[in-house]
Amino acid sequence: MSAVIENHHDDHHHGPDKGLMRWVLTTNHKDIGTLYLWFSFAMFLVGGCMALVIRAELFQPGLQLVVPEFFNQMTTMHGLIMVFGAVMPAFVGLANWLVPMMIGAPDMALPRMNNYSFWILPFAFGMLLSTLFMEGGAPNFGWTFYAPLSTEYAPPSVTFFIFAVHLMGISSIMGSINVVVTILNLRAPGMRLMDMPLFVWTWLITAYLLIAVMPVLAGVVTMMLMDIHFGTAFFNAGGGGDPVLFQHVFWFFGHPEVYIMILPAFGVVSAIIPTFARKKLFGYDSMVYATASIAFLSFIVWAHHMFTVGMPIAGELYFMYATMLIAVPTGVKVFNWVATMWQGSMTFETPMLFAIAFVILFTIGGLSGLMLAIVPADFQYHDTYFVVAHFHYVLVPGSIFSIMAAAYYWLPKWTGNMYDETLGKTHFWLSFVGVNVTFFPQHFIGLAGMPRRYPDYALQFADWNMVSSVGAFIFGFSQLLFLFIVIKCVMGGKKATDEVWDGAEGLEWTIASPAPYHTFSTPPALPERATA
Amino acid sequence: MAADQNIQSKMTLKLLGVVVGMFVFGFALVPLYDIYCQVTGANGKTSGPYIAGAPLEVDKDRWVTVQFLANNNANMPWEFRPTVRTMKVQPGQAYSTVFFASNPSRQTMMAQAIPSVAPFHAAEYFHKTECFCFEQQELARGERIEMPLKFIIDPHLPASVETLTLSYTLFDITQVAASAATEIPVS
Repeated sequence: MSAVIENHHDDHHHGPDKGLMRWVLTTNHKDIGTLYLWFSFAMFLVGGCMALVIRAELFQPGLQLVVPEFFNQMTTMHGLIMVFGAVMPAFVGLANWLVPMMIGAPDMALPRMNNYSFWILPFAFGMLLSTLFMEGGAPNFGWTFYAPLSTEYAPPSVTFFIFAVHLMGISSIMGSINVVVTILNLRAPGMRLMDMPLFVWTWLITAYLLIAVMPVLAGVVTMMLMDIHFGTAFFNAGGGGDPVLFQHVFWFFGHPEVYIMILPAFGVVSAIIPTFARKKLFGYDSMVYATASIAFLSFIVWAHHMFTVGMPIAGELYFMYATMLIAVPTGVKVFNWVATMWQGSMTFETPMLFAIAFVILFTIGGLSGLMLAIVPADFQYHDTYFVVAHFHYVLVPGSIFSIMAAAYYWLPKWTGNMYDETLGKTHFWLSFVGVNVTFFPQHFIGLAGMPRRYPDYALQFADWNMVSSVGAFIFGFSQLLFLFIVIKCVMGGKKATDEVWDGAEGLEWTIASPAPYHTFSTPPALPERATA
Repeated sequence: MAADQNIQSKMTLKLLGVVVGMFVFGFALVPLYDIYCQVTGANGKTSGPYIAGAPLEVDKDRWVTVQFLANNNANMPWEFRPTVRTMKVQPGQAYSTVFFASNPSRQTMMAQAIPSVAPFHAAEYFHKTECFCFEQQELARGERIEMPLKFIIDPHLPASVETLTLSYTLFDITQVAASAATEIPVS
């Protein structure tokens, strides 16, 4: 196939096609990255609207706006869309844009598959969202879809949910195979694995996690499908199955999934902090080993999500200590970032603000995770708002802040224009305040015993819920400002230099801004390697 | 370039192989989990019919309380209860008791009782030589039945256990049995 392309090697083929079909048929990694990023932003807004329905209902005790059945659909769909529709595609989009530019490759290794893996997603989420309009409503069993809620007691639309998950899984698997093959085969000559930027490293490890656990997710939803339609009894105790088995298989996927959503964020932050601290990243090697350790540990801690199902005490102790062990490599990373900033000549442009907020707020989320790992304490915290606060701290000011930091950091390279710094900083501060006002009070109401996933609550929780809802609306609406800033930057603005950021390291800063449609058609000569 | 393509296709195929392998592994977790539970008694699962090897020695000095519980799963209309709620038993000695069930609904129904023992680590010491949970019950409308249970507590039961609870949950499997007619594994 490549021979055919080379025969037609004239100048007319160097730019993108015109019109809509450019985007439908494209195999260009930059186009596909852009598609992924816009898609994930659209899903972020859809899932965000659902979150605002939830927070509006919880503004006051009692039932005001929605019926409990619809509230359950909102919590379920919010979780599914944010995890599979917003965070994961955003990181795949960043990988598409950045991995080839960072390793000096002309494109992803499997460009046609790249196109398929993106274009599956709109169909998957179209199918998932269509369930909202079906008789019986959308899935209402929580994003973790525990059996038998999701089998015996599920609305009929559950079948659409199952096939949507299958499609998302196929998309992720194809995307991650592509990332692995690209990174292992297409690095510029002379670039060793330990020379790769950390974003590439974290994505390589993430891709392996995806390849390992997405098939297990596909397996568990297939078992659900068989239980619902073909009379098997994987999760039906009456037929010899076991509902607890569902939780084990789900979390065997689910815990690595948590790290799938955070490891690329580590890579982004490890790129941004050195630039704005004007120092080399502290402890590159230990960062790589820490990432690999976290990935390994993620496979052997899953049952800490289910301490209250009734496990033997030995099992609970094992999962408690194994979980706490993850704090060690994570701590290595946090200290490395702090050490990178230490005595650096720091400036605080928008990407750096998001990156620093990431380090601080992600650490808060990590520490509440340690609290949840303590078995006797978890019996108290389980399924309360404390858990909600914990995972939102690692996902919103964790993963999502890192995605925004990445957007601001690389936007000048993508568009050739600088974004509006004043508006960017305004967006940061609104988001920062909004996130903390939303989620910090949820620690308090969780410790006080408010359970998650209910549309109503006891009067004693009223004040902090009101605060939390106000914060959610601040955070939600400030994302429209983000949309405006990105569009403004795409349309025009101060021209960016090729290097964009003073002293930024990496091959992506050696090419023109905006990045030409085809880059590194001939492999770059690597800059002189600084001997460590 | 051709050689590169070759390496890439090989690697892609290998990774697809991993994907297929992990999909199969997801299903392999089902039997693995059952084996794990039966070996460790985790989840309170008891094993199948007990086949006596060497006769167990009766521990004349020890008395253990056994409590019986009967629950209906959601939407199960049967009346289901133990005829005796607690028994004082001696480890090693065989005992028997009877559970009562009746079908007050208007049609013939199939039921399956699923046992669970608490505390979990005592499950492996609770031997059932005969149990209605080893088979399915079919009752016509209004039919009543007394269902036997014979059991022996293993003398190796840890000394810390003074009370054992055997709980049954009764599931309506009329639909499952009709649609699949599958062999349902019982434990």
